[in-house]
Amino acid sequence: MELLEAIILAVLAASTPLLLAASGELLVERAGVLNLGVEGMMIVGAACGFAGAWATGSTFIGALCGIFAGVALSLVFALMTLGLAVNQVATGLALTILGVGVSGLIGAGFVGERISTAPRLYIPGLTTLPFVGKILFGEDAFVYVSLALVIAIWYFLYRTRAGLILRAIGDNHVSAHALGYPVLKIRMFAVMFGGGCAGLAGAYLPLAYTPFFVPGMTAGRGWIALALVVFASWLPGRLVIGAYLFGAVSILQLHAQGWGVGVPSQLMSALPYLATVIVLVLISRTRSGGSTAPAALGTVFVPDR
Amino acid sequence: MNRKALAAAALLLATGLGLDLGLGAAVAADKLKVGFVYIGPVGDFGWTYQHEVGRQMLVKEFGDKIETTYLENVSEGPDSERSIEQLARAGNQLIFTTSFGYMDPTLKVAKRHPKVMFEHATGFKRDKNMSSYSGRFFEGRYIQGLIAAKMSKKGVLGYIGSFPIPEVISGINATMLAAQKINPDIKIKIIWVNTWFDPGKEADAAKALLDQGADVIMQHTDSPAAMQVASERGALAFGQDSDMIKFGPKTQLTAVTNNWGPYYVERVKAALDGTWKSEDTWAGLKDKMVVMAPYTNMPDDVKKMAMDTEAAIIAGTLKPFKCPIMGQDGKEVECKGGDALDPGQVLGMNFYVKGIDDKIPGK
Repeated sequence: MELLEAIILAVLAASTPLLLAASGELLVERAGVLNLGVEGMMIVGAACGFAGAWATGSTFIGALCGIFAGVALSLVFALMTLGLAVNQVATGLALTILGVGVSGLIGAGFVGERISTAPRLYIPGLTTLPFVGKILFGEDAFVYVSLALVIAIWYFLYRTRAGLILRAIGDNHVSAHALGYPVLKIRMFAVMFGGGCAGLAGAYLPLAYTPFFVPGMTAGRGWIALALVVFASWLPGRLVIGAYLFGAVSILQLHAQGWGVGVPSQLMSALPYLATVIVLVLISRTRSGGSTAPAALGTVFVPDR
Repeated sequence: MNRKALAAAALLLATGLGLDLGLGAAVAADKLKVGFVYIGPVGDFGWTYQHEVGRQMLVKEFGDKIETTYLENVSEGPDSERSIEQLARAGNQLIFTTSFGYMDPTLKVAKRHPKVMFEHATGFKRDKNMSSYSGRFFEGRYIQGLIAAKMSKKGVLGYIGSFPIPEVISGINATMLAAQKINPDIKIKIIWVNTWFDPGKEADAAKALLDQGADVIMQHTDSPAAMQVASERGALAFGQDSDMIKFGPKTQLTAVTNNWGPYYVERVKAALDGTWKSEDTWAGLKDKMVVMAPYTNMPDDVKKMAMDTEAAIIAGTLKPFKCPIMGQDGKEVECKGGDALDPGQVLGMNFYVKGIDDKIPGK
């Protein structure tokens, strides 16, 4: 039981940055914008988050710095793709490369520095409960925030008028424009929101996961977040399942090795990705034709003035 | 816009390609141009960092007689060949490629540029204009094995492997051979993360090992994440490549650190003098290419044992791979080097010694 508890705790920690970044990107893509720069925004969020926490000693301020950095970088993306109508794929990739460079620059002075890990929730009586205590009531704030975020996004998309408008823009920006909705303005807010989520996800790594900063520490998690959005077929509920499934497979393969399960570790390392591919195939088979992708995803919109 | 193709591309990027950030250098005549290719970021505080320290030593030593350039975050495979080629075309006359996986790409580029001198770290292939150099890291690992067996209360060691290549496997074997001298029943749990650098994954692997009962963590990956996890959990650990004491002041026992500077200085000097030729260098504690970080967080008798062992290895009276060595099948391994395994057997090691209850992945 103790081992199971430890595994679940590790899975939650490994899944949280993916869930944070992916839920932001989900909203962005629902608005019809494809921002491939998640990795770049994450790594800048990691560098700035660490810098903030290091300077002030506060995890909360570190997280704010991470969010702010992610938003700042996403504004570059918004300016290019929404303002100047540049190709979104190219801009997103450029944003990642830019982010990796900028984060290295910002973080250079912080390599080798240490901070204390994000505090964990402690409720007397509840956190000490056997097995479920630590899992339900002993996490750091990021874990709870990530779940609250997904619920909020679900509520926004399906239960509010603004969410309906956002989805309409993602599916047909010409019609939405004709109805008088400010397509570019709403998309800009969506992109900023996605940037903030990616920045927070990045900040999670040095603030709660491994409390130090090294360049390149996101190690491809931004790309996985992007894949998760497709995996979830743009539905918030499936995103949670996808993120935790991915986290679970990546932690369990490590444990399986420790137990001496006779499967080559190279194959096990590939399992999380393999699982993603398989689920993608299954989803596309069960759906009769057509994809649930926002119809206007990745297309440039230039309003006729 | 085909969204699925994009997702596939994203996955591909996530798993395969790294991003190289090049540092351009202006061309200047009659200076020796020296190029470096790094697998990780210079700030990884591990493997790449130590090579960078070596490069900085060159700059200090030779000043404006040389001009150095480095490419960092260059992933192994086709990407690296392009990067090495780029350095050669940019007029670098001496190029250090500092990861095992750069071996074949370096050889290919070396054949295309016969006038450029190449130096490849930790491999075994050479050519007229391509040297190889490596550290006898297993010497340090042997000392770590002794310390680990002494310090482990549960008799279970946790080992984080990067890739199952000979360099890593010989480290695991040296550790176990030493540990068995102290505790014949010692157990080792090995987790391969299949990456040199992913702090999150390294931390997860360390957590998994601790959760499964290991109480001393050793790693052959490049970031201080495992050290930091061990320190959080109150376990003990060994640093890797660099002295990681900062990340575990009460955790680090010692670290096998790599000291490339003196070798780089020697080779650049040879290149400047025109005496450079293809060689195979394999240096250890004796030549100070491998240096042990201070022995900390252990009782005095363990410390003394570690120091005595280090002295014996330097003096040549103790050989970590002294015969007879039993393989996992219980049969004795052929001893090609007289009283110990010969360098070829160590540099190409692809078996576990007796007592390791695991299989080399993919074998």
